[in-house]
Amino acid sequence: MIPAAFDYEVAESAEHAIALLGEREDAKLLAGGHSLLPAMKLRLARPSALIDIGRVSELSYIREDGDHIAIGALTRHREVRDNALLRAQCPIVSHTAGLIGDPQVRHRGTIGGSLAHGDPASDLPAVILALEAELVVRGSGGERTVPASEFFTGVFQTAVGPAELLTEIRVPKLGSTGWSYVKMSRRAQDWATVAVAAVVERSNGSLGKAAIGLTNMGGTPLRATAAEEAIAGGSSIEDAVKLIPQGTDPPSDHAASSDFRLHLSTVLGRRALEEAAAR
Amino acid sequence: MRRVALSVNGTRHELDVEPRDLLVYVLRERLGLTGTTVGCDTSSCGSCTVLVNGESVKSCTMLGVQADGLELTTIEGLARNGELHPVQQAFHEHHALQCGYCTPGMVLAAVSLIEAGEATDEDAIREGLEGNLCRCTGYHNIVQAVSAAAGVS
Repeated sequence: MIPAAFDYEVAESAEHAIALLGEREDAKLLAGGHSLLPAMKLRLARPSALIDIGRVSELSYIREDGDHIAIGALTRHREVRDNALLRAQCPIVSHTAGLIGDPQVRHRGTIGGSLAHGDPASDLPAVILALEAELVVRGSGGERTVPASEFFTGVFQTAVGPAELLTEIRVPKLGSTGWSYVKMSRRAQDWATVAVAAVVERSNGSLGKAAIGLTNMGGTPLRATAAEEAIAGGSSIEDAVKLIPQGTDPPSDHAASSDFRLHLSTVLGRRALEEAAAR
Repeated sequence: MRRVALSVNGTRHELDVEPRDLLVYVLRERLGLTGTTVGCDTSSCGSCTVLVNGESVKSCTMLGVQADGLELTTIEGLARNGELHPVQQAFHEHHALQCGYCTPGMVLAAVSLIEAGEATDEDAIREGLEGNLCRCTGYHNIVQAVSAAAGVS
């Protein structure tokens, strides 16, 4: 399969990429290409032009920034998985990056590309939501910071405008906060049938507060708000996870029925919360 | 068309490619390096795996223009002075192939895994080769071969 013809431009910098985006209708940014190129080969995407940001090294970094870790959008999954600072300060992101696709995919795919693609079955979006991370988006008028809760707007849709570039992901330092990301997929290298991210605060040996992110349980990654409220109100994990399906609308497809996903979310939710509480 | 310079198996090639030309077809059809096979063409099976700056990459999911200026290694470039690469030799000794179609990608994925220091035991090898499918399901001997090449039992 060969993509439909397109024009190709190489961006020399983030500013250059934004300028090129402004000049073109229907242009797409190309980073690692591991979501975009398969879609173009199937002709599900037919951009008139690709603007290749793959060489914009200023967007590839992981560094400390106050009580956050700042991750450049072009950082590849492999580097996110292996980075010592991130593994120490926000290990759920490294752990999850190591579960994406397979080694070859992780060598090319980028954190920014994965998030900006907005696939509800991707792993990182639910984690970013549960972490209440911030996403930095740059356009010709300057930069703005979007909370993760406002970033994913629909199936394959995000808050990044047509002439904007996601430049940075800011995740909190977790300290003693417990975490887990539990993913089930039927085949090696597959997308999650369902996955659950849990970030929990503990007080006196019990759960004080939990943030729960859900992968592939609707058109966007979701927070399990009802279950989170139950935990904040003192419910046991066993009781709280029964509320995870509330407000979700999981798809039925070759991997699982919607009903099975509803059930699976409670099972994986329990495992994730128990692991997070113990970690 | 766009002019790109590729270093493939240590030889520099300058050629004009269409932006939509996938790297695997640049290698196979423009440079005649047909050792890199096309299996699924959907970045699932890994038969088209090559090394890009030493790391395994599925060449059906990378444009030729993205490889401009990068160092590529295909299966044709692994042997040195008529001597098989240790991973190739291990595949030979452990009979780690049946039809052989997945073998070039499997060997290069294994080389990348071993050089990254991640082929630490059998589980890590199985996990590390999850991007490569063998339709003959000959995984047992493949894992034996990679274990031998990596020096783990």
